[in-house]
Amino acid sequence: MTELVSGLLIWLVRLLLGARADWRGCAPNSERRIYFANHSSHFDTLAVMAALPPPVRRLTRPAAAQDYWGASPARRFIAERCLRAVLIDRAPPAGTDPLAPLQRALEGGCSILIFPEGTRGDGEAIARFRSGIFQLSQRFPDVDLVPVYLDNLQRILPKGSFLIVPITCTARFGAPLRAAPGEERGAFLERARAAVLQLAEPGSAR
Amino acid sequence: MTQQLIYVLAGIAALLVIASATGVVLERRASEPRARETVHNLNARIRAWWVMIVVLGGAIVLGETTTIILFTLLSFMALREFWTLTPSRRGDHVALFLSFFVVLPLHYLLLGVGRYGLFSIFIPVYAFLILPAVTTLAGDTSEFLARSAKVQWGLMLTVYAVSHAPALLLLETGGPAALLLVYLIVVVQLSDVFQYVWGKLLGRRLLAPGISPSKTVEGLVGGALSAILVGTLLHGLTPFTPLQAAAISAVIVVAGFFGGFVLSAIKRDLKAKDWGYLIEGHGGVLDRIDSLTFAAPLFFHMTRYWFAA
Repeated sequence: MTELVSGLLIWLVRLLLGARADWRGCAPNSERRIYFANHSSHFDTLAVMAALPPPVRRLTRPAAAQDYWGASPARRFIAERCLRAVLIDRAPPAGTDPLAPLQRALEGGCSILIFPEGTRGDGEAIARFRSGIFQLSQRFPDVDLVPVYLDNLQRILPKGSFLIVPITCTARFGAPLRAAPGEERGAFLERARAAVLQLAEPGSAR
Repeated sequence: MTQQLIYVLAGIAALLVIASATGVVLERRASEPRARETVHNLNARIRAWWVMIVVLGGAIVLGETTTIILFTLLSFMALREFWTLTPSRRGDHVALFLSFFVVLPLHYLLLGVGRYGLFSIFIPVYAFLILPAVTTLAGDTSEFLARSAKVQWGLMLTVYAVSHAPALLLLETGGPAALLLVYLIVVVQLSDVFQYVWGKLLGRRLLAPGISPSKTVEGLVGGALSAILVGTLLHGLTPFTPLQAAAISAVIVVAGFFGGFVLSAIKRDLKAKDWGYLIEGHGGVLDRIDSLTFAAPLFFHMTRYWFAA
């Protein structure tokens, strides 16, 4: 049942959104990786998952906001069962580690997909990254962080609209990066953000 | 359903069988990497032709409604490719939504129910006025003129112009209208194929490297003359005399050439090589129907004014 629904979901996303993968800086492989992408629409998670080749997709678990994806049984079913999402508390109670579920997923041998902006942007600019990605890079120094730029998604379903414009989106995967020894948090976050921004350059397209 | 239609489709299938066989032979002979790449691309094109002929031929054989539905889908995919590459702003969102889900279906619906008068002014007049009006409500005036022009160009090229191919089915010329559509598509597409083949065989002088890196003077002349010759020989599908068929084929070929050229210029402007990835070896739908966008309205109007009842 879940296999069928997730297969159907991925197929539908590919049909409606295109969700073409453009592997610019690395090739798809089944190594454990941390994919991090810009965030501008509710379809972002689905689009990246659909763009990944099936063997890689099976090993990859997206992070999803608990307050949105856990809010109704249908959303929870899609997130937890179909996409095997890791639900993250965006406003964690003091003293708890919000990254613990992601850490467990990585320790379990899975790749993860995160959106370091934390919330959906307006698609015009990429917001400052939150520090979670830096923490993960420190806890998993031997795991590649792969920048992903989702092109066009903000034009398909922008924040504040319910009208879908059926243009096709592309997920561009850039060159992997890792935190340099002793690198400051701010410098690393800026470097990671620049890696995503660089993929947005239209000049390097196609 | 006519005998002639079957003969034409069988003839095209026979040509494709020969093309496929040639492709197999060339594949075996090619040894250099560059030649291999060319042959590989050629064979991908031939395979894509098979799919296109089966889909298009099937729709035409099944009748008017399926043909119009097929062109509705082609326009939809072409418009989608257009907007995937053309930048838009948040303020254009509603206009784009209306282009895809209101203007496009309504335009083809007018064709389907045979309302030619409204069909011919709906996009150039009403979409032209209403879409920018709706866009003003978003309050974003940045590049407003250019953005409105892009919305209109997208519809004119991918919907309005293309729809004049299935609109041929409305015409009463005394013969089966489906054959006019087949005639147009055969001449337009063969002109592209001949230009490609002559260009590969004899091409020396580049026509306009800034717009198209592969179009050559030799390819254009050879392709145009070959397509006009075929168009003249096929006059039996149409109400035209051989001489008229030659003249009309010449117009189709020149229009088709400029259709490809204008759409290439837009692609270069948008810094893209192809419109899409749907058809292997051909790029997207818009790469395949670029010549048709310009040739279809001209062929339709010539036929309508001089040969239709």
